[in-house]
Amino acid sequence: MAYSNKVLDHYNNPRNVGSLDKSDPNVGTGMVGAPECGDVMKLQLKVDPKSGIIEDAKFKTFGCGSAIASSSLATEWIKGKTVDEALQIKNTDIVNELSLPPVKIHCSVLAEDAIKAAISDYKKKAGMNRQPVSEAVS
Amino acid sequence: MKLPIYLDNHATTPLDPRVLEAMLPYFTEKFGNAASRNHSFGWQAEEAVENARKQIADLIGANPKEIVFTSGATESDNLALKGVAEMYAERGNHIITAATEHKAILDTCKKLEKHGYRVTYMPVQKDGIIDLDMLRDAITDKTILVTIMYANNEIGVVQPVAEIGKIAKERGVLFHSDAVQAIGKIPVNVTRDNIDLMSLTGHKLYGPKGVGALYVRRRNPRVQVTSQMDGGGHERGMRSGTLNVPGIVGFGAACALAQKEMPEESARLRGLRDKLKKTLETELDEVYVNGSLEHRLPHNLNISFAYVEGESLLMGINDVAVSSGSACTSATLEPSYVLKALGAGDDLAHSSIRFGLGRFNTEEEIDYVGNKVVEVVKKLRELSPLYEMAKEGVDLAKVQWSAH
Repeated sequence: MAYSNKVLDHYNNPRNVGSLDKSDPNVGTGMVGAPECGDVMKLQLKVDPKSGIIEDAKFKTFGCGSAIASSSLATEWIKGKTVDEALQIKNTDIVNELSLPPVKIHCSVLAEDAIKAAISDYKKKAGMNRQPVSEAVS
Repeated sequence: MKLPIYLDNHATTPLDPRVLEAMLPYFTEKFGNAASRNHSFGWQAEEAVENARKQIADLIGANPKEIVFTSGATESDNLALKGVAEMYAERGNHIITAATEHKAILDTCKKLEKHGYRVTYMPVQKDGIIDLDMLRDAITDKTILVTIMYANNEIGVVQPVAEIGKIAKERGVLFHSDAVQAIGKIPVNVTRDNIDLMSLTGHKLYGPKGVGALYVRRRNPRVQVTSQMDGGGHERGMRSGTLNVPGIVGFGAACALAQKEMPEESARLRGLRDKLKKTLETELDEVYVNGSLEHRLPHNLNISFAYVEGESLLMGINDVAVSSGSACTSATLEPSYVLKALGAGDDLAHSSIRFGLGRFNTEEEIDYVGNKVVEVVKKLRELSPLYEMAKEGVDLAKVQWSAH
């Protein structure tokens, strides 16, 4: 299979590889996929609580080159966006940007799911964190 | 050293230049039809075919009259299975095979099932070898054929063929073996191995593509197959069609070379294979050889690198031609059914690479490949959430994954 130059670039120079502190209340972690399916993506984002902007994002992916490129691109795109803006990213945007062939569309779907899972985790944590704060105010 | 390096010799092999040289006259000046009986062009072609038939027969301990030329092993497998099924239909309708067979066998069996035959697909043990007791139990009075490959094309595991043949013989059942990966690589002998029918091909032993043969035993017992290709009655009526004379000459020359060079060459390849394995096992943790190491072709290494997906590994070693059992590299998007049959788990199937060494690989190439694979696996493990979790002590088998 021939890979697009952008997939090759992300594979050879993946952006934002690594992990953030899971226990940090401002960090959301999304883990999607399954080893027996050949794809697991972990995507993490750190939100600035004041501005609501994603100030950092990291990923680790077990999967084919297109899966690695999709998650690398996802971290690049969500950085600097607000949480709500990041939720607007669609898998088709990733498909177009990386010129993924039809058999690799599931990689882009997984990347979109990883963003959503990370944001949902962040929101859950933030919700739990606000509780004591509001109690203190009242 | 020239890049890319070819290490996919189970898929096909390059034509040996000595084989090409033997073939060349038969394209142009010696172009006759081997079936032309009344002029020298035909006689010349026939003589060349008969010489090749003997070279092939010699390699497997057969009589030249027992060699039926075909277009390749897929055709040979089809002729063996369908031909026996049809010829012996009155005797029974049951065929026994194994889950790790080549698709040419499995799909032919499926076709036969549609025509009312019954097929038993035996599982294999963890090392890829069939259980002989299970085979004994599977044979019924309706069984007409056992078909088990000599050596597996993915994991290189060599079946206890002589034992299988003995069991079949004792029970009066025919035994067919697809031996394309074994011939010319390890000693194969149809008498010692009790084989009644055997599929062969030219292009896996440095011969040309598009030519193969079916060995059909003539004595003790005399085996017959119903032709699947009808026409001029070539090949004693079992396979009609004008013979591919240059291809057959090349196939014969390839067999003669393989027979002459096998002892030295198999030792050399085993040495290189073991060196590659040692490099990978010394430099990396959690690498697993798939299938028996003891009962294995000397030039095969099928190995899984835990926590690394196969296609991404292939991408990183793109100047090395190998295959992976990963779903992402297959047309069906399913991981290798051979590795699944070993019960290793789909995750290790996704992480597997098949190295197939060959006659033209050098030690320098193997060293390069070993180092390159180590480098890329390390890089991909840095990228792998599974490796990170495993290092943190998480039991991956107990994680609730969101399967997709």
